[in-house]
Amino acid sequence: MPAPQCASCHEARAALRRPRSGQALCATCFCTAFEAEVLHTVVAGRLLPPGAVVAVGASGGKDSTVLAHVLRELAPRLGISLHLVAVDEGIGGYRDAALAAVRRQAARWELPLTVVAYAELFGGWTMDAVARSTAGSGRSRSCCTFCGVLRRRALEEGARRVAATHVVTGHNADDMAETVLMNFLRGDAGRLARGGGLGSPGEGGALPRCRPLQLASQKEVVLYAHFRRLDYFSEECVYAPEAFRGHARELLKLLEAARPSAVLDLVHSAERLALAPAARPPPPGACSRCGALASRALCQACALLDGLNRGRPRLAIGKGRRGLDEEGPPGGRGSHSRPDPRLRSPSPASRDSSSPLGSDDVGVRGRL
Amino acid sequence: MAAPLSVEVEFGGGAELLFDGVKKHQVTLPGQEEPWDIRNLLVWIKKNLLKERPELFIQGDSVRPGILVLINDADWELLGELDYQLQDQDSILFISTLHGSRMGAGSTW
Repeated sequence: MPAPQCASCHEARAALRRPRSGQALCATCFCTAFEAEVLHTVVAGRLLPPGAVVAVGASGGKDSTVLAHVLRELAPRLGISLHLVAVDEGIGGYRDAALAAVRRQAARWELPLTVVAYAELFGGWTMDAVARSTAGSGRSRSCCTFCGVLRRRALEEGARRVAATHVVTGHNADDMAETVLMNFLRGDAGRLARGGGLGSPGEGGALPRCRPLQLASQKEVVLYAHFRRLDYFSEECVYAPEAFRGHARELLKLLEAARPSAVLDLVHSAERLALAPAARPPPPGACSRCGALASRALCQACALLDGLNRGRPRLAIGKGRRGLDEEGPPGGRGSHSRPDPRLRSPSPASRDSSSPLGSDDVGVRGRL
Repeated sequence: MAAPLSVEVEFGGGAELLFDGVKKHQVTLPGQEEPWDIRNLLVWIKKNLLKERPELFIQGDSVRPGILVLINDADWELLGELDYQLQDQDSILFISTLHGSRMGAGSTW
C-alpha cells in the first residue's frame, strides 16, 4: 500500500506518523515541526534567555548531535551563543572515536569546542581505572554510577571554563522515562520528586541546566538526524551492558509497544508526583570539601572519589550513600557562593586525619 | 510465486556492527514460492547477512523493539510493516536507537 500524503503540505508523500498525534508528515514538514517544538519548549519554559552563553554537552551521539544542530538553527532567533563541551571519561577506544565525531561537528558547524578530561579533573581517575577498581567488588555495574556523577561534574567545569550561563544536554523523553522507572525501582524518592520539571534552576551556585529535547521521543530524534543527514557516533559504551539502565530501557520498549504514549505519560506522571511529608528529602547544603550542592556532608562526586582513593569503591554508592568521613546532615557552612574548586579546602573538619593515606590523598588534592 | 528481486539493505545507528560493520548491502533475492515481504526478508537477512547475536536484531518474526525500519525513506508503519510487499530497487534501512552512553545513575536534576 502506498504511503499517505503529508497532512501538512499535501504535496509530498508522508515519511512517518508522529507518535503523539498520529499525524502523517513528510520528512521536510516533520523536521520543521520538530524544530518548532524545541523552540516552543525553550521559549515557553524561559529556558535560554537572550544573551545566554550556552554550554552544549556534546558526546558525539545522536541526541547531543541533534540538540546542537537544532540549537544552532534557532540561535539567531533566541539570541544565544553556543559552545560545545565534550567530556573525555578516559574509556579507551570508545571515547576517542566519539570525540573524533564531536571535532568533525565543531568544524562543520564552526562552533567552539572545549574538551574536559576525567584524568585531569579527578586526579587521574579515568573510567577505565574506575572500572578496574570496581571490578570484583561484586557489583560491576557500579562503574556506570561513578561515570554519571563525575560526568555531570566535568560538564559543569567545562561550562565554567567557557563562561557559560546555562548548560544543556540532549536527554530525550525516553531517557527521562527510563530515569523515572529506575528511580522507582531503586526507591529513590528524593530523585523522583526532583525528576520532573524541565530543568534545574541552578541551586547552590550550580549553573542552570535544561534539556530542550526532553519532550521529543527517541524515535523522532533518530529520524530527525536521519532526514537531516547528521553525522553522529553510535557505538555502545564498552561498559554499558553492565548498567542498570539497560533493564529499564528493555521494560520501557515493551511497554511502548503495547502503549505508544507510555513514554511521555511516565514523564508527566513524575512531574505531578507529590511526596508525603515524611519522604521529603532535607533541603540540600554544601559539600564540606568542594562546596558543590550536596544533601549530605560530602557531595556525590567527592564521596565516590573518596571511596575510590581509599580502595573501597563500594562505600559511596547504594541506598545509604555515606562516605567514610560523613557525620550526618551538612553543617552550618553557608552556600551563598560556591568556593573556587581549585582551592584546597583549608577547613580542618574536611581533612580526615585518621585516613591511612594522609594528606597526599589524591582525591583531596585533585580539583573537583 | 515471487520473481527475483534486487534491493538495497542498509544498517545504521550501530546496527551495522552486527553485519561486520558493513552499512550498505546490495542484495539479490531469489525467486521463490512465498512472496517477498519484510517478514521473509528478515528471515533471509538472519540466514545470510547477520554475523552475530541475532537476538540484538530480531525478536520473534519482527525486529527487536528500538530498531526503526525505513522503506524508501518512509517509516514502515505507514506501509504495512512486516506485510509490505517488496518491489524491485526498494531500499530498506534499519536504524538502531539502542546504543549510547547515557547509562548512569538516576538523574540528579
